[in-house]
Amino acid sequence: MNGSFTIPKFRLPPFVTRLGQKLPQWPHALALVGALNAALKMNLLPESELALLEDKTFRVRVLDTGGEASYTYRDGLFRPIFRPERDPDLAFEANLSAYLQLLARQEDPDTLFFNRELEITGNTELGLVVKNMLDAVEWPALPASLLRIRHSAS
Amino acid sequence: MASLPDLVCPAGSLPALKAAVDNGADAVYLGFKNDTNARNFAGLNFDAKAMAEGIRYAHAKGREILLAINTFPQAGRVADWQNAVDAAVDHGVDAIILADIGLLDYARERHPQQRLHLSVQGSATSYEAINFCQREFGIRRAVLPRVLTLAQVENVIKNTTVEIEVFGFGSLCVMNEGRCWLSSYACGESPNTVGACSPAKYVKWDKKPGAMETRLNGILIDRFSDSEPAGYPTLCKGRFDVQGETYYALEEPTSLNVLEILPEIIKIGVRAIKVEGRQRSPIYVAQVTRTLRAALDSMHEGNERFHVKPAWQAELAKVSEGSQATLGAYNRPWR
Repeated sequence: MNGSFTIPKFRLPPFVTRLGQKLPQWPHALALVGALNAALKMNLLPESELALLEDKTFRVRVLDTGGEASYTYRDGLFRPIFRPERDPDLAFEANLSAYLQLLARQEDPDTLFFNRELEITGNTELGLVVKNMLDAVEWPALPASLLRIRHSAS
Repeated sequence: MASLPDLVCPAGSLPALKAAVDNGADAVYLGFKNDTNARNFAGLNFDAKAMAEGIRYAHAKGREILLAINTFPQAGRVADWQNAVDAAVDHGVDAIILADIGLLDYARERHPQQRLHLSVQGSATSYEAINFCQREFGIRRAVLPRVLTLAQVENVIKNTTVEIEVFGFGSLCVMNEGRCWLSSYACGESPNTVGACSPAKYVKWDKKPGAMETRLNGILIDRFSDSEPAGYPTLCKGRFDVQGETYYALEEPTSLNVLEILPEIIKIGVRAIKVEGRQRSPIYVAQVTRTLRAALDSMHEGNERFHVKPAWQAELAKVSEGSQATLGAYNRPWR
């Protein structure tokens, strides 16, 4: 990727998964919801699409770390769900490397889906709303100091 | 050697548009956030603000913006499509891509100076049809449906002064563009009517032990084992039981890729090469645009010894539907 750091495809060993499944899951949910709410505060997410998420439940499962996070969107904020009482409206399943590649905008979700590295189940249209909403976000440019770190790492 | 064709790339969002421009597209095509275009998916496409910003960005770098209004006006709502044409002109797009002859007529009458392209959805496969649209509506370019062999494309080009645009990369469907109603058969909605094939609200991916089932409006259209690549959930790419055998009876999940025949495409005088995928992410647009730009530029350097670099093929194969690519109709023996 043009001189910057490239995230390889990898899979963590099974003992990590077994260990991860035994750990409490609430820190994942808190971290994810915190990040989403930070994006909200920066007005990065368009309100017309956010309205479509109201009261919907989501689950992000990281297969090889054994971690998962459930959350919902209500009254203008993302909120963690610590004890899900029903199947989520939308669920994502992938290994950590696939999520990192998505977050870094290094791979397209359709590519990962075609290659069976990302599974999306539940309300498909809701999945499309989330995907297209994130694709349309113009993330703020990384600070120059951080960019230098990225370059020297590669 | 003939001059290089324009590289026309897709954008479903502002970041995708910028990715296309930054990676070497000569033109970017896009659509409004409504059912006047055939990629009318939730959260995709351009509102007035994003459109204005996108046009400014492309024009500042000397690239063109083509606006697709490529669905067919629905009964009682013709004004919505006419308004879209007016809005496109107001925005100052370089060309409008139209499929419906009523809309072509409207655009020609109302905005005689506006450059018009005939959409692939207009389904014109002969030079007679294309020359008719030139005579009646003044179209400057036609996008050919993906059903013609290379020899047939050449024959069209020899018999028209309209610029010819062909598809160079992207997901393939049953390729009956503008005339396909398979999606309506399953769910009552199709690209021609609502601007979406197999709309997401009818799609269900069910995870079963060792497999994933794809259902379209309740109809089982495919079952993938965990090791099989997947495709888009359209009827034409389903596996069906035909006389006791279950297989892809219409079309396999695959992408078109013309890298191998790029010299021939340029030689016969194709004016523009189009990339499919307004529904894909900015990174797909960047990956495909960058690859095709490199391939085209390598030809411009005047060497007749064009060879396809393995790295280009690997990059395009990775993002292909079903993880495989084909030359499609271009090299088929049948007509």
